[in-house]
Amino acid sequence: MVEPATASLAAAPAMPQLKDELDIVIPTIRNLDFLEMWRPFFQPYHLIIVQDGDPSKTIKVPPGFDYELYNRNDINKILGPKASCISFKDSACRCFGYMVSKKKYIFTIDDDCFVAKDPSGKAVNALEQHIKNMLSPSTPFFFNTLYDPFREGADFVRGYPFSLREGVPTAVSHGLWLNIPDYDAPTQLVKPLERNTRFVDAVLTIPKGTLFPMCGMNLAFDRDLIGPAMYFGLMGDGQPIGRYDDMWAGWCIKVICDHLGLGVKTGLPYIYHSKASNPFVNLRKEYKGIFWQEEIIPFFQQVLLPKDCTTVQKCYIELAKQVKEKLSKVDPYFDKLADAMVTWIKAWDELNPPRGGSSMPNGKAA
Amino acid sequence: MPIPIKDDEIDIVIGALHSDLTTFMDAWRPIFSRFHLIIVKDPDLKEELRIPEGFNLDVYKKLDIDHVVGTSTSIIFSGYSCRYFGYLVSRKKYIVSVDDDCLPAKDNKGFLVDAVAQHITNLTTPATPFFFNTLYDPFTEGADFVRGYPFSLRSGVTCALSCGLWHNLADYDAPTQALKPEERNSRYVDAVLTVPARTLMPISGINIAFNRDAVGPALLPCLRLAGEGKFRWETMEDIWSGMCVKVICDHLGLGVKTGIPYVWRNDRGDAIASLRKEWEGVKMMEDVVPFFQSLRLPQEATTAEDCVVEVANAVNEKLGPKDPMFARAAKAMLDWVKLWKSVGVSSYSPGA
Repeated sequence: MVEPATASLAAAPAMPQLKDELDIVIPTIRNLDFLEMWRPFFQPYHLIIVQDGDPSKTIKVPPGFDYELYNRNDINKILGPKASCISFKDSACRCFGYMVSKKKYIFTIDDDCFVAKDPSGKAVNALEQHIKNMLSPSTPFFFNTLYDPFREGADFVRGYPFSLREGVPTAVSHGLWLNIPDYDAPTQLVKPLERNTRFVDAVLTIPKGTLFPMCGMNLAFDRDLIGPAMYFGLMGDGQPIGRYDDMWAGWCIKVICDHLGLGVKTGLPYIYHSKASNPFVNLRKEYKGIFWQEEIIPFFQQVLLPKDCTTVQKCYIELAKQVKEKLSKVDPYFDKLADAMVTWIKAWDELNPPRGGSSMPNGKAA
Repeated sequence: MPIPIKDDEIDIVIGALHSDLTTFMDAWRPIFSRFHLIIVKDPDLKEELRIPEGFNLDVYKKLDIDHVVGTSTSIIFSGYSCRYFGYLVSRKKYIVSVDDDCLPAKDNKGFLVDAVAQHITNLTTPATPFFFNTLYDPFTEGADFVRGYPFSLRSGVTCALSCGLWHNLADYDAPTQALKPEERNSRYVDAVLTVPARTLMPISGINIAFNRDAVGPALLPCLRLAGEGKFRWETMEDIWSGMCVKVICDHLGLGVKTGIPYVWRNDRGDAIASLRKEWEGVKMMEDVVPFFQSLRLPQEATTAEDCVVEVANAVNEKLGPKDPMFARAAKAMLDWVKLWKSVGVSSYSPGA
């Protein structure tokens, strides 16, 4: 039996790291009650709330948090016609938050995720662990059997080449979930009662050349290193597919990180995932994806990015081109998606001009 | 569900580098006593072996080794490499092999870890090398494939090798342990995971198990450092063997898992003394890793034996010129395959 930590158990760190360099992006359509439990860990940080669904609804943010909130009207106003690349009625809309952030690091979390407890009963400060993960190198070129060698109490094992021990910068930190696991609809239907109770005390680098299913529930990344590739695709309203947003981004970022020599870590921290979404609803959303991923995976496994793609944006535009060329035959959706990927990059570059150019103030653009 | 395995399909192979195995065997008795054991005495060990009663075992000594392989051979079964003789003469499908300075570990609940049972579970449930599962081994109780894992990849492949870990004295090289003389591994990571295809890793020989039918000849005693000694951080024979095994498994579509079970490794040796004595091993990986990373085996190599020959030839061609140690290893690999084909498949029992 796993249980979440209670709000009283969570102890605020003495010195919140990166408090002026990290934004917390939260998509929500319901409410933000979950923030109360996270208060000791999140309060020092700036929040970007992306309100999905009906913009006329007011989402109340618990007092004491420093935040900016964007609803669909704001998104349309800020992006104009480019707003078409931002999903509606799907948590994929969160990537709008990545785009408008002015910080180096992003942590994103779902509004049904609570503070987990480690096996000793202590509340897990997920944000602190993500920061640790991102501030220490990754080791994608050779697998370390004792997992993250930069963790306290671990190191590189015998046989690990010394020339590879410096590692590479970590672009993404992918956290996990206790209680409701991130299963697809068919698995949820077959095992409705399965709960993840295993606390695996490890962080590891996903090796170069290996793809993984990225989950957006508990995720952090370095915006400067990989931000433009964190587009969560076209999902939800008016789209033939849902619940593939984070996975699509995960395949894109992994291919690009591999190409640019950046690292992706997975493992700690855990959060406590409290809500199991309806598996029948999920099945409808995922249905096409289950077939399409059989084509999508080989596509990403074989993608080759040319040497002159030296920035994330260049890599992403090239990826969009190849998606259009190779996946449109699977379904015309991919044609639309490829266009949306290009729109996203254009919007990203507009909102994030290179430093030295005109800079935008924190908060809503005029 | 793991395939139910009978006890008589398993051999436990121990390379004895210490003559007094009493403490070792008594500690492992609850776990080992059901199985047949093969104990291979390091030919360099002068003292008689002391083994407690109550085990079903065969012991092989220098005389037996010489009898089987002949005295003129490029393969030297001394030190930690003596265990490979046990792999050679075993006739079981699964082999579990643990260093003789390791004892059963405790898990995070304080229970004694049945390393044999966990290795067998690892070997008899599929591996998933083609796509990473973020909840680790999906065939573990209480876990499964996560959202986004392609359905066509969910049946997995045969797991040919299970690499366990170590509490207390971790398998560090001499420089690392010398730098952190007090560091001991106490973290229990409750996971086993498949090492992805084409991802290489240092495979330690301290605590492993494998499917002998699938990859037997690919575990090989062929690389010998000039200053090889009787402490793990004075050797690279297992690391070399492990690189070969992983490349061969990747080629044959077999899986390699890493993680639990843990064993408890006794404090032994002086890292600084070893460092003064032997550093060649540390340097060699700089050449070895890029070589194996770029190695591609031809489609016609469909058995582990064929694959070893291909790897040996590539080693001779590409690494041989860099250091005679590699040229010797390549020759030893070819001799090993011949030995495996003649001895590894016929019957033999230890001489009087």
